Amino acid sequence: MRTGLEAPAAPPHQLEEGTEAVTLRGVARRFRSRRGDVLALQGLDLTAEDGEVLAVVGPSGCGKSTLLELLAGLGDPDEGTVAVAGERSREARLTTCAYMPQRDLLLPWRSALANAALALEAQGVGRAEARRRALPLFERFGLAEFARALPAELSGGMRQRVAFLRTLLAGRPTLLLDEPFGALDSITRAAMQEWLAEALRAEPRTVVLVTHDVREALYLGDRVAVLSPRPGRVVAELSVDLERPRPRRETVTDPAFAALEERALEALEEGGL
Amino acid sequence: MSRSPSAGPDARRGHRRRTTLRRVGPPALLLAAAAAAWQGVAGLNGVDDLTLASPAETLAALARDLPLLLDATRVTLLEVVLGLAIAVALGAAAAVGMHLVRPLREAAYPLLVASQAIPIVVLAPLFVLAFDYGLAPKLAIVALICFFPVTVNLLDGLRSVEPDLLKLMRSLGASRLATLRRVELPSALPSFFSGLRVAATVSVIGAVFGEWAGADEGLGRLVLLANNQLQTPRVYAGVVLLTLMAVGLFVLAGLLERVAVPWRRRTESTA
Repeated sequence: MRTGLEAPAAPPHQLEEGTEAVTLRGVARRFRSRRGDVLALQGLDLTAEDGEVLAVVGPSGCGKSTLLELLAGLGDPDEGTVAVAGERSREARLTTCAYMPQRDLLLPWRSALANAALALEAQGVGRAEARRRALPLFERFGLAEFARALPAELSGGMRQRVAFLRTLLAGRPTLLLDEPFGALDSITRAAMQEWLAEALRAEPRTVVLVTHDVREALYLGDRVAVLSPRPGRVVAELSVDLERPRPRRETVTDPAFAALEERALEALEEGGL
Repeated sequence: MSRSPSAGPDARRGHRRRTTLRRVGPPALLLAAAAAAWQGVAGLNGVDDLTLASPAETLAALARDLPLLLDATRVTLLEVVLGLAIAVALGAAAAVGMHLVRPLREAAYPLLVASQAIPIVVLAPLFVLAFDYGLAPKLAIVALICFFPVTVNLLDGLRSVEPDLLKLMRSLGASRLATLRRVELPSALPSFFSGLRVAATVSVIGAVFGEWAGADEGLGRLVLLANNQLQTPRVYAGVVLLTLMAVGLFVLAGLLERVAVPWRRRTESTA
């Protein structure tokens, strides 16, 4: 018998001592376009420890989404190595990462619950069983009353929550979040950041979160990597040692937070905007 | 954060009645105006019954020959519905096949488009030679004419699924068939129904061509015969029934779509 407190799927596996959860070394990625090659990433080095929330912040078009797609196993780098949980092959990355794209991409004909359950159905779990297993997660995250609603009946923030639950239900040790709240208004966005911080405390995972919002990166990340404009590479890394958990309002008005924000913004400017 | 506020059932019913009126009203008015003009022209001096039967004469013929016309309608309707069913089955299989197997799509798609350039009128007698006199050549012609819109629209629908959604499915570990079943086919349903609506209207034309090439029953044959016998009102009555059949099938395809694609309607009403 399953209970609401049980982890939704395979618990995050323990890595051997010394194995980094996420590693990128000397990574370059090119795209061919009509006006010659575009270099999205070049000389990019980045690591994340097991259980760490790494926030990657950078200007628009600096290759942040490309970075996540490489990690997710949806592509291979032209140069350098990409490894997740010590595994370099694209197939292995595909099965160790759960990728949450920028838009919620909920299927309009499926209820919120069925949309989240899609992550299990994709792995061969039957329709009814997948929904039965997804339901406790909806209850735990306070979404039970919306489980049967269609996406069109949900607000933007609610849709994003459902998309996040779908990502969790994939049962992978590493979550890749691509600007999860980019499309939301700033008030909803702030509420969603608190919600996500809470959700990650309840369901700890290694997370790579990509955003163009410095405050979001600092509020959610244990560590923040600042990327330069295209071709993207890391120009600064900041450790975020703030008291947690705390409401967002208290965190962002903390002088220590302001100091970190200043350093991150400086690094962004030095990288060239 | 909450479901959209819904109006009371009475208000909604009133709203629906008004929108129905708005949809049906204008074409009905235009039709009435055309019928009035038609009646006026038919009543002019020098216009005889052989050249142009008036609406009144057409209705009279419709009433007088009703048993005859209904028998013929039943035959043609069967040809149309069975032919459509064959086209949908073959078209769906072809579209899914071309979608999944890229070389097949690249090889077959240009030929599929070229096949549309073949005049069906010319093919019809050949089909009668090949399949004999009965139901088979009519089904073949209806299916041939309906195959194209069904296949092309379904294929377009399957191919226009958002690339990001396919990436998501890949990253969730979905197999090609799981993605097809859970994402691509449902997404393609609206396109499929667009194709089906087009097919429904042209299917009747196909059946008429088939009967003209050689048949001993059916509405197309009845119209041809009546024309040869200079019974113009009966020709018109037959044409009216053929038109009603096409419009009826078109509306039926639309109703099927409302049942099969309910999320589209709901999305529109909350937008």
